[in-house]
Amino acid sequence: MSEPLLVVDSLTVTMAGVPVLEDVSFALQPGETLGLVGESGCGKSVTALSIMRLLPDPPGKIASGRILFDGVDMRTLDAAGLRAIRGDRIGMIFQEPMTSLNPVFTIGDQIAESVIVHRGLSHRAAFEEAAGLLDLVGIPAARNQLGRYPHEISGGQRQRVMIAIALACKPKLLVADEPTTALDVTVQAQILDLIGRLRRELGMAVLLITHDLGVVAEFCDRVAVMYAGRLVEEAPVNQLFAHPRHRYTEALLRTMPAANAPGKRLPSISGAVPAPAERKAGCIYAPRCGFALDRCATELPPLTASPHRLRCWNPA
Amino acid sequence: MSAAIALLPPRSNLARVLGTPGAAAGVAVLILLVLGAVFAPLIAPFDPVATRVCPRLAPPSAANLFGCDLFGRDILSRILHGGRYSLSVGLLTVAISLIAGTLIGMTIAFLGGRVDSIGTRFIDVMLGFPPIVLAILIVAVLGVGAFNAALAVGISGVPRFARVVRSATLSLVGREFVESARAVGASQGRILRRHLLPNLVPVLIVLASLDLGTAILSTATLSFLGLGAQPPTPEWGAMLNAGREFMRYAPWTMIFPGLVLFLAVMSVNLVGDRLSHVLDPRASGHV
Repeated sequence: MSEPLLVVDSLTVTMAGVPVLEDVSFALQPGETLGLVGESGCGKSVTALSIMRLLPDPPGKIASGRILFDGVDMRTLDAAGLRAIRGDRIGMIFQEPMTSLNPVFTIGDQIAESVIVHRGLSHRAAFEEAAGLLDLVGIPAARNQLGRYPHEISGGQRQRVMIAIALACKPKLLVADEPTTALDVTVQAQILDLIGRLRRELGMAVLLITHDLGVVAEFCDRVAVMYAGRLVEEAPVNQLFAHPRHRYTEALLRTMPAANAPGKRLPSISGAVPAPAERKAGCIYAPRCGFALDRCATELPPLTASPHRLRCWNPA
Repeated sequence: MSAAIALLPPRSNLARVLGTPGAAAGVAVLILLVLGAVFAPLIAPFDPVATRVCPRLAPPSAANLFGCDLFGRDILSRILHGGRYSLSVGLLTVAISLIAGTLIGMTIAFLGGRVDSIGTRFIDVMLGFPPIVLAILIVAVLGVGAFNAALAVGISGVPRFARVVRSATLSLVGREFVESARAVGASQGRILRRHLLPNLVPVLIVLASLDLGTAILSTATLSFLGLGAQPPTPEWGAMLNAGREFMRYAPWTMIFPGLVLFLAVMSVNLVGDRLSHVLDPRASGHV
């Protein structure tokens, strides 16, 4: 196996002193797609922002762990070193295409910005590049669209523009933080198709953050499930969907509408995710788990080894 | 709301600024005052500082429309020439407040943390002074004169601008497009210049136009107190001061300078109000 492109090793992140991410580890091979799934507030976006070193500090702080991108520890880089990587070798797409574009600049300006910053291209050359990129992300009559403002185009088009910006410098890694959550279902499919096509064409790795298990099943090679700031299970996508072993993953998959007969009430997981400050010793899922053993409440289960990593005392 | 606006025929920006009778009148008066000031040497009937061109304290007449002052100078000529001082000093004042206030406000909001807390406290302290007292203090340090008065009023306006610009910047810093600019690898300076400043322009225009009236009035106040333009400079505030003693038997020495000052400040405020309405995205249906 080749060197992994991205290694997140025992990452612990605190917000105002409270740990929101604890001992998270995973690796991403070049060209691979890893889905990061979990409920709101489980630390998916914090993980993405930590990788980019974009977590606002204060209050966020990377307490310990390593983030190796292409062999370089992102934690050791200074501001200039980080800027050289962001947008050039790691691209990022955000959840809200409505607000992620600057309202006072044309989309051409905003796509060109990345190549101007990283490639030092002239304004004219950057605009040529931008036209090519808009074409790449499937916006018709790309050249005529460069002069339009974000409010003049639809949400799906805007997300395509965001993708064009993220891909402007042909990054090796694309971090997509819920790229389809704010879009209509039909547009979601188009955007995912687009990301998938570009991934194959450009050979880049994708870290896809989502809470939509259907998207993961369709799109990812491997999937990592997070719960309350910890990674609880990670496996190749087919294996995880066919044989979920962590009790949380199992329960989560049972709640998918497609996994249930029509007309029946959907199952749910009782209780709620504990707030970061209220997390206790032992398995964090234990209070909501139907299969909890005595030791679950007191001892934290260790993460088992690849390829099917798991943090559970009583797996299915 | 927005649907109703969308049904209106599209109008040019100028038409939108002139949209209300008040704003149109304000623009008209401003244009007249500026033209009067610009062409004062051509249209003023007399030299503004020449004495005894008419009888001392002569009332308004066909020859001297606004009457004459104590030294027999034509008040209309002095008002026309005075516009050059009063209006340009007002603009200079606003420019000083605007530039310094924007730099300070954006910087402390963007750097955040301790810089922001200390900067904001400092601004609060400065706002605690009545601006005119602050301006008098600065003139006391710099010395009297028209330019120093403008500088003083400009500096005393900095905290007001810094405060508003800071809040406006704060509301932008948290927006996602700033985060995505960071994710693209843009530097701090680039984010400030390219992403924050252009988004602040509508706020700055409104702020500056609303402050212009106050600035003209404040510099005139300093002149009235004898701390600004010095005699025989025909500045409106200084003319008011000079006429003060004869208000009871030669009221035209105060009425006409006061009237143009009033007209200038009111028309600037009318236009400023209209601009703030037009440039408010919620009111105009534009992003």
